Amino acid sequence: MDVISDIIVQGVQMLLVLLLAPLLTGYVRKVKARLLRRQGASVFQPYRDLLRLLRKEVVLADNASWLFRVTPYITFAAVWVAAALVPTFATGLLFNWTADLIAIVALLGSARFFLALAGMDVGTSFGGIGSSREVMIATLAEPAMLLIVFCLALVAGSTQLSTVSHFLASSYVGLRVSLGMALVALFMVAIAENARIPVDNPATHLELTMVHEAMILEYSGRHLAMIEFGAYLKLLLYVSLIACVFFPWQIALYGTGALSYAIGAGAYIVKLALAGFLLALFETATAKMRVFRVPQFLGAAFMLGLLGTLLLFVSRSF
Amino acid sequence: MHSLAFDVSHTLAGGLVLISLMMLYQDRLYSLLNVFALHALVLSLSVAWQAFIQDAPHLYVTAVIALVFKAIIIPVALHRIIKQLGIHRDIESAVGIGPTMLAGMGLVALSLVLMLRVTGDADPLAREDLAFALSVVLLGLLVMVTRRNAVSQVVGFMSLENGLVLAATGAKGMPLVVEISVAFSILIAFIVIGIFLFRIRERFDSVDVSALDDFRGERR
Repeated sequence: MDVISDIIVQGVQMLLVLLLAPLLTGYVRKVKARLLRRQGASVFQPYRDLLRLLRKEVVLADNASWLFRVTPYITFAAVWVAAALVPTFATGLLFNWTADLIAIVALLGSARFFLALAGMDVGTSFGGIGSSREVMIATLAEPAMLLIVFCLALVAGSTQLSTVSHFLASSYVGLRVSLGMALVALFMVAIAENARIPVDNPATHLELTMVHEAMILEYSGRHLAMIEFGAYLKLLLYVSLIACVFFPWQIALYGTGALSYAIGAGAYIVKLALAGFLLALFETATAKMRVFRVPQFLGAAFMLGLLGTLLLFVSRSF
Repeated sequence: MHSLAFDVSHTLAGGLVLISLMMLYQDRLYSLLNVFALHALVLSLSVAWQAFIQDAPHLYVTAVIALVFKAIIIPVALHRIIKQLGIHRDIESAVGIGPTMLAGMGLVALSLVLMLRVTGDADPLAREDLAFALSVVLLGLLVMVTRRNAVSQVVGFMSLENGLVLAATGAKGMPLVVEISVAFSILIAFIVIGIFLFRIRERFDSVDVSALDDFRGERR
């Protein structure tokens, strides 16, 4: 019986991230438009986009290899698995023993690896530019991300997300400067990884600034839908990662019944709305930076992660 | 076990180290000055918190001195100097930002390793304060080393001195006389440096200290 309810809760979690991801992106777009005093598309526009793309015919280049065709599915699957592993409304789910932070970083890394390969597959210059920029950002963002993981792991004594979330929800943690630094660094990494505004602008097709868009320029139809969906899921993943690690309030513990799951889900949606609003506010307040400034931006994130890890040794010194 | 007193002072001192690193990162003179003012503000908060938890009212005086002199008077004066010298455009740093940041991280790690070894059985609060203060001092030195502009070297010097004040307040029982004399000596140093800045400017038409090397006949 327990097993069945565990499977149901885990299934709800997987469906929840799938359903909420386009909504989050639509919501961020809507808030951004409203902040710019525009009307903006409906928050459900991403769903319509996905449906429209799914109905459309796939146009493939003559020299596209099998890699080009399987990459959208691989990317989507990897990101979905990673997003489903992050505890959103409850910890201690069925597959949480695999929800290791390093595994999630690795899943995202492999998704990006395939995407970068596919960008170069057809042989257009845009794809190459996009792939090379994306890989440049990735080589800088991933060390920073791993340092944040180390910082969290040193605080909580585990790289497993459920345990980390549990530990940080307890009152034992107190006020820690390392965690603040890790939060800021994770935020910067999330912005770079999701191709948000200071690093990359997902809404433009300007060749000087495209990163993510240039890489997927050759895709169409259901392939594009899969890739777009993967991008929505990735945004949701980072937001829920920040929420579950740094703001684990009201998250349901294992086996505490349906009511606390419902409360956890409600709190999760509130957190998502808040995070989406803050993200939109941040994006409207900053300007897109040059591609050559991105290493400095991510270097700052790396530095914050490293400094947080170092400061941890001072606070643990007694 | 973590207590709130320790956590807050840890946060403030750690924030001071972070702002020192931010100072390394700046490449505009005005933003460097703003970061320096923030540095002094956090310093005065940290000193005031120490005064509160150590029950030492004379430390409040130190906090007020830090706030008034370092967070308000000196940044404003430096703003005016920069404006008069007409050098508000940028800083020519001798070393690039990336290597500088790495060197800064190395210095922070070094000072933590050193201080945690040396002060093995001291009070944890003083221990942590000393470790952070040493890194602030070293980072101030790094700012001085990596900048060629005399104004930013002054800012590096002042931030170094902030580190000294942090160390002094962490160690209990520092008399008020010493603090006031240190504060005033810094003010005097600032005035002297300000005069020197204008002298250098008059002589060489620039405050780039590499002009001094050329003048002495030392070529890079």
